[in-house]
Amino acid sequence: MIPIVYYLALAVILFSLGILGVLLRKNAIVVFMSLELMFNAANLVFITFANYFKTLDGQALVIFVMTTAAAEVAVGLALMVMIFRVKGSIDVDQMSKLKG
Amino acid sequence: MQTDSFFSLVPLVVFIPLLGLLINLILGRRLGEVFAGVVASAATALSFIIAILLAVALGHSPQGVTIPFAEWIKIGSFQAAWNFRVDTLSVVMMLVVAGVGSLIHIYSIGYMHNDVRHNGDLSRFTRFFIFMNLFIAAMMILVSADNFLMLFVGWEGVGLCSYLLIGFWFEKGKDGIGNALAAKKAFITNRIGDFGLLVAMFLIFWNFGSLDFSTVFAAAPQVAAAHPTTLLLITLFMLLGVTGKSAQLPLYVWLPDAMAGPTPVSALIHAATMVTAGVYLVARSSAFYALVPAAQTAVTWVGAATALFAATIAVAQTDIKKVLAYSTISQLGFMVAAVGMGATVAGMFHLVTHSFFKALLFLAAGSVIQAMERGAHASKSGIEIDPQDMRNMGGLRKQIPVTFWVYLIGGLALAGLVPLAGFFSKDEILAAAAKGHLAVFVVLALAAFLTAFYIGRQIVMIFFGTPRSKAAPHASESSRVVTVPLMILAALSVLGGLFNFPGVSTLEKWLAHTLGETTNASFLWSVAGASLLLALLGLGLAWLVYGHVTHPQQKEQADPLQSRLGALYTGMQHKWWVDELYAFLFLNPYHAIAQFTAQPVDQGVINAAGDGLGRGAKGLGTWLRRFQNGFVRSYALWMLVGLAAILTYLVLR
Repeated sequence: MIPIVYYLALAVILFSLGILGVLLRKNAIVVFMSLELMFNAANLVFITFANYFKTLDGQALVIFVMTTAAAEVAVGLALMVMIFRVKGSIDVDQMSKLKG
Repeated sequence: MQTDSFFSLVPLVVFIPLLGLLINLILGRRLGEVFAGVVASAATALSFIIAILLAVALGHSPQGVTIPFAEWIKIGSFQAAWNFRVDTLSVVMMLVVAGVGSLIHIYSIGYMHNDVRHNGDLSRFTRFFIFMNLFIAAMMILVSADNFLMLFVGWEGVGLCSYLLIGFWFEKGKDGIGNALAAKKAFITNRIGDFGLLVAMFLIFWNFGSLDFSTVFAAAPQVAAAHPTTLLLITLFMLLGVTGKSAQLPLYVWLPDAMAGPTPVSALIHAATMVTAGVYLVARSSAFYALVPAAQTAVTWVGAATALFAATIAVAQTDIKKVLAYSTISQLGFMVAAVGMGATVAGMFHLVTHSFFKALLFLAAGSVIQAMERGAHASKSGIEIDPQDMRNMGGLRKQIPVTFWVYLIGGLALAGLVPLAGFFSKDEILAAAAKGHLAVFVVLALAAFLTAFYIGRQIVMIFFGTPRSKAAPHASESSRVVTVPLMILAALSVLGGLFNFPGVSTLEKWLAHTLGETTNASFLWSVAGASLLLALLGLGLAWLVYGHVTHPQQKEQADPLQSRLGALYTGMQHKWWVDELYAFLFLNPYHAIAQFTAQPVDQGVINAAGDGLGRGAKGLGTWLRRFQNGFVRSYALWMLVGLAAILTYLVLR
């Protein structure tokens, strides 16, 4: 049996990588991928605890998260295509019109 | 004949002038000068006719009546109704106000016709008559009131009209603001006096539970026995009100400045009627004053001191209206002294005669002023001269004979020559003083002497000698509408003594119905002789000093009294520096406080707090907008930071 800390440590590492990716990368596609990384880090924690406590709640929730993530990616990619058509680029720093 | 029904007409003395006012307000400007003037004069004249009817009715049932008109204030047990009081005292006032008022209204048709042209705003002709009618209505409320509260309404109403009419040419005067300042000064000074009257009214309400004249005066003896201090306070605070409205020491300073108003206003409001309201108030409240000898003494001395003080100032003035203004203050001092001594009838008698001859003098002065204005225009000298400065006049009796004769009559009546009105009324006051108030008698006699001197000086300076300016020889007589009221007033000034002729005492018997038995101011040959002698002495001295002053074109020539009296004359010329003293004592500290609250307190603290709040919010906004830079990644960073902070808090809590 692998100790639970290992699972959680992996999840933290994945989540941090995701955050760094979102914050540091300019390419919107990569930002999306980093977001997915964060989702999956969270999913991993759900699964871990579901297994640990021997319940199905966490596993069920993971299915929900994956569904939502799939929908989000569909919408997000559609936006991305539109932005690319308008701006000719999907650099997130170019999308800075909404500022005070 | 059934004359009692006349009593129910009394509300009309107030409402007819109000009606005239309304007609002029709505139609006056459209229907022209003559119409507006005639409506206003007719309204006042109708009031006068009603006052006569009331007097006729009183002749049959002299005890007087109270005509209920409307309920007004009813709080708990306190009641103040809008009741009109018709008794011999109030009707005397009504007759004077409406009678003299009518003549002044008629005169004003002619006077204002020229005045609005001279000052260059024709549209104000109607406004003048609206204000005048408003004044008559307010004055009628004052004198016909049956309780102190209603009297106060009239009291404030006349004050308002006085303010409006002093500032009639509000954009004129010294630095284009002089008239407005004069109006403001009158209003504020009166406010101090009104404060006194208000406090007196509060005290009356507190101690008597009512403000009705009959209730209060009937209960006065019990209150006087139980709380003598209360009654003293009431009477003294009332005296403060009197000094404000009737221009007595120490609050007289507004009246000379009030001469900024058109001359008919000076005649009606600031000589004949409004300023006598204080005398009327003391006469009305004589039931109070009779119970408090200390207050009587105070009133007497205020009056006597004012009479002498103002007379000394009048001696050295050069403005024709200023002399008359100080003369009015001085004569009001005589009346106040009289009512203070309990010689109410003498005071009221002098009030009546004074309203005749002082209105006459003012109106005649207005005629002189306009004659000078016409003279300045006709001489085509192009030099601006002050048409009110007596040093520019001289020898005018040839140019304006009618004005000269009526002025002479008014002046001699004021000086107190037999058999003119002023002689009898002033003599009654002096006789009352001679009986037991010897010091007052001396002061008043001195004031009477000065009165004769300054009016003699004025007449000589205006009408005798040689012209002292280019305008004077070209002066021309005023029109009929101006001179006829002057002649009527002159006739009244001659015959006014008959109202209370020694031995007959019509007015005394008439007023006794209201005032009860008053001090009988009988005719004393010695006093009469002395006062006549003083008057002749004063007039003669004036002729001696000023009769030979013939310096054409020498306005700078010092007054002949200057060399003889020296410092005394300088003091009189500068009005004893009372205005300066008040400025030093009250105005400057007040300005300093106002300045302090305006600059450091209001600007520095209150305004700065508001500004600071705005500046702070703006600064905060400027700082915060740096975070909304449009970069999605920085938003994400801040969300992360916020999330971390919240989680840290939740974990470490």
